[in-house]
Amino acid sequence: MMTMRIRSVAAIYAVLGALSGLLPGAGAAQAEPFVFTAIPDEDASQLRTRFDKVARYLARTLGVETRYIPVKSYAAAVTAFRNGQVQLAWFGGLSGVRARAMVPGSRALAQGAEDRAFVTYFIAHESTGLSESKSLPKEMAGKTFTFGSKGSTSGRLMPEFHIREAFGKAPEEIFSRVGFSGDHSRTLALVQTGAYQVGAVNFAVWERELKDGKIDPKRVRVIWRTPPYPDYQWTIRGDVDERYGNGFAQRVKAALLSMKDPDLLDSFPRSAFIPAENSDYEPIRKTARSLGLID
Amino acid sequence: MASLREASPLARTTLAFVAVALVCALFADLAVTTVNPYQELVRLLAGVVTPDFYATDNLGSALAYTLAFALLGVAFGNVLGFGLALLFFSRIVRTGCAFVRAIHELFWALIFLQIFGLSPLTGILAIGIPYAGIIAKVYAEILEEADPAPLRAVPLGSGLISTFLFARLPDAWAHFRTYSMYRLECGLRSSAVLGFVGLPTLGFHLESSFSQGRYSEVSALLILFYVVIASMRLWMRKPLLPVWLVAAAAILPWGLTVSAANMLRFFTHDIVPYPLRAPGGDTLAALGDWLHLMLFEQALPGAAATIQLTMVALVATGVLTMFFFPLVSPLLLGRWARGAGHVFLVVVRSTPEYILAFVLLQLWGPSMLPAIVALSLHNGAIIGHLIGRFTETVKLRPDASRGIDRYVYEVSPRIYRPMMALLFYRWEVILRETAILGILGIATLGFYVDSAFADLRFDRALFLILITAMLNICVDAISRAIRARLRLQTTLKHR
Repeated sequence: MMTMRIRSVAAIYAVLGALSGLLPGAGAAQAEPFVFTAIPDEDASQLRTRFDKVARYLARTLGVETRYIPVKSYAAAVTAFRNGQVQLAWFGGLSGVRARAMVPGSRALAQGAEDRAFVTYFIAHESTGLSESKSLPKEMAGKTFTFGSKGSTSGRLMPEFHIREAFGKAPEEIFSRVGFSGDHSRTLALVQTGAYQVGAVNFAVWERELKDGKIDPKRVRVIWRTPPYPDYQWTIRGDVDERYGNGFAQRVKAALLSMKDPDLLDSFPRSAFIPAENSDYEPIRKTARSLGLID
Repeated sequence: MASLREASPLARTTLAFVAVALVCALFADLAVTTVNPYQELVRLLAGVVTPDFYATDNLGSALAYTLAFALLGVAFGNVLGFGLALLFFSRIVRTGCAFVRAIHELFWALIFLQIFGLSPLTGILAIGIPYAGIIAKVYAEILEEADPAPLRAVPLGSGLISTFLFARLPDAWAHFRTYSMYRLECGLRSSAVLGFVGLPTLGFHLESSFSQGRYSEVSALLILFYVVIASMRLWMRKPLLPVWLVAAAAILPWGLTVSAANMLRFFTHDIVPYPLRAPGGDTLAALGDWLHLMLFEQALPGAAATIQLTMVALVATGVLTMFFFPLVSPLLLGRWARGAGHVFLVVVRSTPEYILAFVLLQLWGPSMLPAIVALSLHNGAIIGHLIGRFTETVKLRPDASRGIDRYVYEVSPRIYRPMMALLFYRWEVILRETAILGILGIATLGFYVDSAFADLRFDRALFLILITAMLNICVDAISRAIRARLRLQTTLKHR
């Protein structure tokens, strides 16, 4: 009995020993893979589907093994970038500003054609009776309101800025309840079901969901569009040339700008990528400072 | 009618807690804010009966990581906790352990995510560190309560180590093993929940599929989770333990680099209050403003909401326990009804309260109501199970009354003291969990901690986590004092 037990345990160990030889990393050292991430601004379960094909495109174009790692929050994306666990990231305006402040030498490479003049839509459930107007409707006061993620530019920073401008008060003093849905898909769902009466959502996500027939115009409608501001961008660490060879950052930039496949672009969703500079995001930094979101 | 003055201290304490909870509930936000909560519930139930195991990408690896983090985290906590238990006579060790266990695994995970990023170390340490604090305390108590007879039989002049190995350890060992199994079950729950903050465990997918309303996928994930917990005693065998540990270490993705510079920066820069490291200006005045903001706009409102929610949840747990324990008590129910009762209590207590609260929040919208229901259901099921088991030892007279009279006059008075002991024991657990629920959007301390992490302001996050830990240590001390005064004891079995 005892020997049988010992034997079966020994057998398991033998198999495990054999398997360990097959494990990745057990062999010779490989070239360091190029790793990127993206802020989880939409339905998190679709992130892999959206970005694994971008990883394949970059690997093909750059000739370097490229991996995408999913993260659960905007802050986690910034942290991974700061700690050097990812070298490239698809950030929002605010997360990009935060990341570049934390990583000296890092720079914005490219933005979507739409990101030069990005817009936030304020949306409302039909039961509120609110309809689209030229300025932020004052009747919003007293309703329930949801932002997107706490760290979002289009779902938090810009809507909060315009709410404070219009009412001269903090959101918690204006609305009967203030929530943070987590991402844009969720904001849409929450306002569409009436869980929140009013919300702020990224216009690109709204337009795509409208096109895909996921929005019921009888139940939820746009009540105000913000003035345009700069938003999402690809940001790269300053030390990539050292790690992947001279001119690597330039090659990444070229690869991003030459991304033409509509299937790839649709996962952002953007029509094309155009060059971007750190200084493009100065207005975002100033706004975030004025709201006390960055020190 | 007996006046309050003549009432027993236990009755008076009960009434005082109920009164406090009622006042807290009066000021609590208990609204259901979703428009069609029942329509959503129907969809959820439809999903529960149509589980879809193919909907989740990487389901296999999520399950493997959940197991791996739990195994390695609990193993680490066990080894460290055992070592600390031997040093538990030292006040520094005792205080240190009380401190690390006062901070919830999720807060530890948020801290370690900053230091180690998505490296496996984050998951292992987030479980291992607080568990070491808990295990050290329990093991020290086990050693203290162990039979002293063998110790008296040890010949004079025996070495310290052999005395420990031959006279003290053998009696305690069985208790250590039982407790380790219980901790592993907790570890699996913790590991799953760590997915909510970004580790690649079951919680990661549970959170995404739930918030998108894909309930068949949710159902599949939860079923897998229950199967893992329910089958634990089948696969967790002593000779296989090294196999599982090696396998766990082998499947984790160790490839991501962890740099010493990151760690150093976290401790010497990130967590230092901003005014102290800001360039120029009046540092002292800025620090005063910082403290004022943190205390009056975040820590105090957060702590008030945390205490308010805890008190309501604690009393609600007691009330639910009174309903739950009869479900599994042989004094009150027949065999078949008890079987169903067991299944119900197992499911409710195996579901982490964080996940329960998350589910109810999706259904009812953000108020204190989902949190209260989740906390009291989960804890009520745990205590109800233990009390139900306790009634197995209660002997009634052959002519004892039946039915509702038996419940009210025979059983309830007999279980009341042990129930109150367990309730006070779990008070601190409920508080720790309440703080964490803030991450889901309820305005407890966790909400402000989560906001600080979202803003990448680790100085603020750490300040608030320290406040949470202090609150926890205070409640633990008050609970211990009350238990001592009322002579309420929890036995080893009921921990």
